[in-house]
Amino acid sequence: MADKKKKNLPPKAQNYQAFQDEREVKRPILKNCLKAFFVGGFICFIGQLISTLYIYYFDFTEQTAGNPTTATLIFITMLLTGFGVYDRIGQFAGAGSAVPVTGFGNAVISAAIEHRTEGFVLGVGGNMFKLAGSVILFGVFSAFIVALIKTIIISWGGF
Amino acid sequence: MIFFWAFVIGGLICVIGQIMFDVFKLSPGHTLSILVVAGAILDGFGLYEPLIDFAGAGATVPITSFGNSLVHGAMAEAEKHGIIGVITGMFEVTSSGISAAIIFGMIGALLFKPKG
Repeated sequence: MADKKKKNLPPKAQNYQAFQDEREVKRPILKNCLKAFFVGGFICFIGQLISTLYIYYFDFTEQTAGNPTTATLIFITMLLTGFGVYDRIGQFAGAGSAVPVTGFGNAVISAAIEHRTEGFVLGVGGNMFKLAGSVILFGVFSAFIVALIKTIIISWGGF
Repeated sequence: MIFFWAFVIGGLICVIGQIMFDVFKLSPGHTLSILVVAGAILDGFGLYEPLIDFAGAGATVPITSFGNSLVHGAMAEAEKHGIIGVITGMFEVTSSGISAAIIFGMIGALLFKPKG
């Protein structure tokens, strides 16, 4: 796709593109991956700690403990986002803080806090899912397709 | 032992996300959408459940489990009510994540003022 776009550009712009590619700062991929691994792993470790607590002190089984764990993690995210700590973790960890469910929580909560100056109905209500909406949309739609295919196969007597 | 595997598997899923950021230069929105879809498809083949048994929160905390539990809710309801259950049961399992995000988002907006 990128090459096709380049062909339509005038030669000066093509030269500039080449120049820009040359000068672009190379991302330290290995270092970023290590940071993402340790921070992401640590968040999952805390999640495991919380779900173990739920299994031992409340009546949750290993299968159902995931739900209160998610809610607790999002609650912690609210505090961290509100005090501006999560932004710094995100700067450091990249995907390590975005991929766990805390990243989803952060996307919703930071959008809600950011837009409160526009009022609660049009600001907070309208913008809350601005960033996280795509996750819900594609999650729901793909789950719909997958579940539909599976249901049809099962009703045909397969598996 | 499950703590160790939660750390390792959770970390590895985040590394996959980081590689999508850095190597394929995708935006966070694209990356998370792809991971959610991947989770749904993995559960379609029945591969995500064993991963949860193996890694615990390492598999349930990353966003991939969102796709997985959407399919799970839909399938559980579909077994009872057929095709229409796919729609009615979709949010049955994931409701906690979304309702927590909405509720705490609102509380956060009430409590905190935007910075900068």
